[in-house]
Amino acid sequence: MKTAGSSHIARKLIWIWTYAVIVFLYIPMFAVILASFSTQRYFRFPIQSFTTKWYTKTLESLSVRDLLWTSISVAALVTVFSVLLAFFGALAFARYDWKGRKLYQRLVLLPIFFPQAVLGLALLLWFSALGITTSWQTAVFAHMIWIVPIVILIMSIQAYSFDPALEEAAFDLGATRWQVLREVTLPILAPGVISGSIFAFLLSWGNFPLSLFSTGADQTVPEWLYAKMVSGYTPMVPTLGSLTMSGAVLMLLLVYLFWLATGRRRRQAQNSVSSDD
Amino acid sequence: MSKLAGWLKNPGVLAAAPASIFLLVGFAGPLLMVLGYSFMPSKTFALNSVPTLENYLSVVSDSYYISFFWSLFLAALTVILLFPICYPIAYGMAKLFGKWANLVTAFVAIPLLISENIRLFGWVLVFLKGGILDGTLQSLLGVSASGLLYTVPAIVLGLVYVYLPFMLFPMVIGISMVPDSLKEAAFDLGASRWQVFREVELPLAMPGILIGAILTFILAMGSLAESKILGGQAVVMIADDIESAFTFAQNWPKGSVLSVMLIALSGLIVFVLFRRIDLDQIIGRR
Repeated sequence: MKTAGSSHIARKLIWIWTYAVIVFLYIPMFAVILASFSTQRYFRFPIQSFTTKWYTKTLESLSVRDLLWTSISVAALVTVFSVLLAFFGALAFARYDWKGRKLYQRLVLLPIFFPQAVLGLALLLWFSALGITTSWQTAVFAHMIWIVPIVILIMSIQAYSFDPALEEAAFDLGATRWQVLREVTLPILAPGVISGSIFAFLLSWGNFPLSLFSTGADQTVPEWLYAKMVSGYTPMVPTLGSLTMSGAVLMLLLVYLFWLATGRRRRQAQNSVSSDD
Repeated sequence: MSKLAGWLKNPGVLAAAPASIFLLVGFAGPLLMVLGYSFMPSKTFALNSVPTLENYLSVVSDSYYISFFWSLFLAALTVILLFPICYPIAYGMAKLFGKWANLVTAFVAIPLLISENIRLFGWVLVFLKGGILDGTLQSLLGVSASGLLYTVPAIVLGLVYVYLPFMLFPMVIGISMVPDSLKEAAFDLGASRWQVFREVELPLAMPGILIGAILTFILAMGSLAESKILGGQAVVMIADDIESAFTFAQNWPKGSVLSVMLIALSGLIVFVLFRRIDLDQIIGRR
């Protein structure tokens, strides 16, 4: 079959271009990792001598522990609450047919299309008008405004492939709404829940513009990194940067391995439930 | 009671309620408040004064339109540059790569999950005087490339770098919505490659391309980190102005006016273009 005009050379060029762009995407990450192993106080290239002393220093620093703890607390709470809200939000988005759906679909996604720095500042105004002192708890709220819609979007992709007949069958067999939710809806949406959780956690973990205006006296890792980049540079910046990057990649890797391990079981389960495929 | 029973039978409203209420409190509320403050006299911290338009007029008289111009210009430039960068990759992912498309997706998506300012800091290390690029050129060729950081091109590179996935992924969806049979039919009828691209592929892929372009444009319009980290003081973008009005200047009404204008401008673009797009068709296409 003649595939619409894409010759062998064109194919090759597209592959090369894709490789090049992927390399481009990873250049800054490698630069940060490289800088974290340099002995010198101020980064110069080519690097004269290598060391791991900044890693020891960073890991021993008590203020870094505080930062990590704040970031992890925020990200963990954001994940739990966002997934809860987005689970039902995604069902309303994709699964159920109801009167206000089209409008809801447009409005609920608006925060994604919104400049985060402006959202952060608007929330700062909102909190101080309501008399709420900003701290890491308000940052959880702020992150969720942006992350809940993203998780809804991710879970909706899963919910669209949902066959309503499965729920109806369970009802016909006498299941209550709660049983249907737990035994039918939740297992089918599970992959969406998992990928939604990962996105929620990592997006909150790495967020800077919303944290900047909503954490008050508390500080997350990205905020600290930014503050130190602008003034008071220390080699702990690339070091902590490398550590948080590795943490994120490690988490993705673990989830991927888990995915592979459960893949066979999942496929079997899917084959047995979807008869029309 | 019968209403509740109806909701339980078709629980769309119930399912939509938690997220909707949350966003009403956390998103609509603050924005309405910003709108309210934009009509308050300069440097007031309550909403009980007589509404005034003085802040809107000061946007023109205090030359804030310059930072608006820069933001618009840089955002538009980002979209224009990203179109040719992303199109071949998106085409490859939709039509050529097959099972490898997932791997490419993963490689493009992973940076999204890493803090934006760590990645931008990496570019600082590349372009710094004595940094990776400068150091390499000096030791290999004896040429210096030290003046690259804190310039407008550095900001543009940062924007293109950060928003590439936002342009790419919707574009992939757009292009994969173009049926191959239509293109083949066009070829059989004697259309040239360029004609097929312009008359068949591009129009059919347009919803996805548009979503990507809007997303990129709006996020770049309101971006803060790129111009601060890579641009130094080269250019003041509108988000910078908004931040300093709210923080250093402690002038909430001024910050609110600038926010309202940024939101209005972005919102206008989203609404005009979104009206022509069916989300069910794009997200739920499989």
